[in-house]
Amino acid sequence: MDKLLRRSWVKPLLFGLCLIPLGLLGFRAASGGLGANPIEACNRFLGDWALRFLLIALAVTPVRELSGWNALARWRRMLGLFAFAYVVLHFSSYVGLDQFFDWRAIGREIVKRRYITLGMLAVLLLIPLAVTSTDGMVRRLGGRRWRALHRLVYVIAPLGVTHHWMMVKKDITEPAIHAFILAVLLGWRVAARLRHNGATSNRKAAACSAPQSSSPLS
Amino acid sequence: MLIRSGSFPRESEVTDKALWLDRRRFLALGAAGALALSGTGAEAALSTVKGPFSTDEPPTPQKDVTTYNNFYELGVDKSDPAQLAPSYFGKTRPWSVTIAGECARPGTLGYEDLIRPHKLEERIYRLRCVEAWSMVIPWVGIPLAEVLKRFEPNSRAKYVEFTTLQDPERLPGQRRAVIDWPYVEGLRMDEAMHPLALLAVGLYGEELLPQNGAPIRLVVPWKYGFKSIKSIVRIRFSETPSKTAWMKAAPREYGFYANVNPAVDHPRWSQASERRIGEFLRRKTLPFNGYADQVASLYTGMDLAANY
Repeated sequence: MDKLLRRSWVKPLLFGLCLIPLGLLGFRAASGGLGANPIEACNRFLGDWALRFLLIALAVTPVRELSGWNALARWRRMLGLFAFAYVVLHFSSYVGLDQFFDWRAIGREIVKRRYITLGMLAVLLLIPLAVTSTDGMVRRLGGRRWRALHRLVYVIAPLGVTHHWMMVKKDITEPAIHAFILAVLLGWRVAARLRHNGATSNRKAAACSAPQSSSPLS
Repeated sequence: MLIRSGSFPRESEVTDKALWLDRRRFLALGAAGALALSGTGAEAALSTVKGPFSTDEPPTPQKDVTTYNNFYELGVDKSDPAQLAPSYFGKTRPWSVTIAGECARPGTLGYEDLIRPHKLEERIYRLRCVEAWSMVIPWVGIPLAEVLKRFEPNSRAKYVEFTTLQDPERLPGQRRAVIDWPYVEGLRMDEAMHPLALLAVGLYGEELLPQNGAPIRLVVPWKYGFKSIKSIVRIRFSETPSKTAWMKAAPREYGFYANVNPAVDHPRWSQASERRIGEFLRRKTLPFNGYADQVASLYTGMDLAANY
């Protein structure tokens, strides 16, 4: 499987798959499939897919480690950038279609509505991650700093899920599903970190005790 | 190996022939009903006279009015009610409404007895949803006051409470406790008696479809849409205001009055503007949804921010 995933045509195929939601939206918009309130429908659709892509991007590492398909790692950046793209489209649809560039109204909403504040914060925090996604930027920052910066996604994804949860009027089924998936993906990382720490501290303990017992200086 | 020889069912255990014949008839009728409701244009046309208070704004297309609905009893997505109604709601008749509480003539009336004594009016009203979208709908109905007067509410009748049908078979949304079923709404007596308040039985000259609250619903155009309760089965006069469905669900967000008010925001979104279905740009929301001249006097001296 891992070999299959390394074929050269796999990545373009995945790229095309990631564009399907956008194509579907375009088709619905053209065919009247967005219903009586197309602007709201477009906004919700893009917001839903922004969240889904964030979760998909966050799923890459756990799935890779559990399955051993290391080829998945090559797609992480592309999936993350698709999440960013759908977030930007969702934001643009809110600003340009829903509010029609009424900046004063938008400003008031950002300040007054907690869920919009959180959503905007998520958009802002995603920008440095998108900007530093190139190979050049990774090199310039250095792996350690780059990784530290990109841990911001552990803040951004919960912001996104909370943003959705807070705007829902009554039926919270969908945001609850997102929250559950996010909890699993983040929980897996916490567990992996704890296991890893346990392993290194054992090793450290072993490394420290070894010279003590055998050191000629003691 | 055990062979049961005496396993014929007793005569009393066999379904009566009349019953199973009836079941087939019921299924056939159900299929016919579903066909009639599936929008083949076979809805009964209603004969109406032009009523007062109609706006001359262009009405929202019938397709939008009948496919974009908040009726959680038939699903929480706005497209759900139109999609689920044909296979679940069934026929809108027979239908009866129970009248109860502080009045001289309580009892249960069939749809015909409730409606027939009155002349059906067409009234083109604006509808403003609490979610900041709006429509213009040519309703068919009768003034609520005329109907309520027939039951002779007494001096203790200060409020009227309305209840929606509770039947998870026909309203599958009620199988999940999204809100505390049945849906309950209420009006102060002077609001209910106001000539703008309408008991609607149709729109666009045709009988109401289930997704629009068939066969009888309330229309209170100066209040947010959720006050205009659908598929009413019970009307009760009372001395005290009822705790309405949305007040129970989110007391901080939905009050008893729910008058359209651009100056009082919903805690989570602005009510200053709205999107008229079919239009691109938002438009300003008007106090009392543009019916201030008619109804503002009902609320003189009241703090409308506290009584949201």
